Amino acid sequence: MRISVDPDKCTGHSRCSAIAPTLFDTDDYGLSTAVADDIPSEMEAVARRAVLNCPEQAISILDD
Amino acid sequence: MDQPYVDVADWATDYDLFHPDYGNKGPEIWDDLRQRCPVAQSSRWGGSHLVTRYEDVSAVYSNWEVFSSRDVTVGIRDGLMDLLPLGALPAEADPPLHSWTRRMILPWFSSTRVADYEESVRTLCRGLIDGIVDAGGADLAHDYARQIPVRVISKILAIHEGDIDEFCEWVKVLASTQDEPEVFNAAILALVSYLGDVIEERRVRPGDDLISYLLHETHDGQPIHADVLNGLTIFVLSAGIETTWSSISSALWHLATHPDDRHRLVADPTLLPDAIEEFLRFYAPIMSARIANEDTTINGCPIDADAKVVLSIPSANRDPEFFPDADRVIIDRQINPHITFGKGIHRCAGSNLARMELRVAIEEWLARVPEFELAPGVSVNWTSGMARGPFSVPVVLK
Repeated sequence: MRISVDPDKCTGHSRCSAIAPTLFDTDDYGLSTAVADDIPSEMEAVARRAVLNCPEQAISILDD
Repeated sequence: MDQPYVDVADWATDYDLFHPDYGNKGPEIWDDLRQRCPVAQSSRWGGSHLVTRYEDVSAVYSNWEVFSSRDVTVGIRDGLMDLLPLGALPAEADPPLHSWTRRMILPWFSSTRVADYEESVRTLCRGLIDGIVDAGGADLAHDYARQIPVRVISKILAIHEGDIDEFCEWVKVLASTQDEPEVFNAAILALVSYLGDVIEERRVRPGDDLISYLLHETHDGQPIHADVLNGLTIFVLSAGIETTWSSISSALWHLATHPDDRHRLVADPTLLPDAIEEFLRFYAPIMSARIANEDTTINGCPIDADAKVVLSIPSANRDPEFFPDADRVIIDRQINPHITFGKGIHRCAGSNLARMELRVAIEEWLARVPEFELAPGVSVNWTSGMARGPFSVPVVLK
């Protein structure tokens, strides 16, 4: 499973990095990026949670 | 407040955001409006439309080209425009002014920076709790929640220790008198003039505070204009204080009145991060407004150019079309994309700070006082206006 954050949609709520700190990096302006290239299977549930908690719907699951 | 209010016969056509019923019966009013008239209308307080569904509030937030932020509140403005011709920045600006002023202050409220403030908030909370425990009870709104954010912001602006009490007083007046022009204008004048002195002092003796930093910032190679500086400073104050204290008060009110949730959180503090998001969703402390740049529609309702649109975040967050069991606080809710901090380019710049203050305030309180309840026989009123929270949370400790 891979995920990505759309930089045009992310406005820095930082919900993703709070839920899954190992999967997302947030810069000084709040912009998040997905850091893991391939999400380990035991992290998939938490990754999905991060996706669903984003108020901007800025995170997509690229492949399952 | 003493002035008489004209009662509202129908909230769909004549709502009054400053009527005491709007604070006390908010949730019922929103439930009714979401079903019956999701874009309500009123001529009170200069006239506006009130948007109550999640989908519509989201759509307006995301469309800054059509819905301008040049006025984001309802209530008094007259005294304000002379003092702050650009408004509170970046909240009351559209791009491009919004974009560069926002970029200037965001690093001060980043998650890394906020982590640095955490220990001092913890110490502050512990000191306040000591006093309350000694007294055996307190009004947690006044004696705890309202003491926290103003002191955190004072630290970021490096307000002198000796001035903090007076400074807090002005901020409280601003928060509670948006429907009382004379009192409000006097307080804002006092505050702007005080901050003017602080700015002059920092020019001469800079420190490591936000004001000194802004004085050294440039835009297009020029130092930033005094109106921008004032706009940013007033914004940090006005946006970061009443909202956060209302959230802390609401969460404590909830815990005082819902022993099951309280017991669960005390038994398992790892639930706290989810509980905090749920308190933020259910007790969203603030609404925002926009001005239509052109004739447009919201959910099919015509909105004229220059009309004001009030976005009820608290109502959107309780929209059953969007959140299952929206009318219940579920402290371990797993899917909770609430919009308490807004949405789009104006996402609350202080959201990391507000979350940390709320979490630490609740964490410290529960660690020290796991058992407490509302003082017997009291009835708690909720504030009306743009911000909502309990006026008081009188508790007895057990």
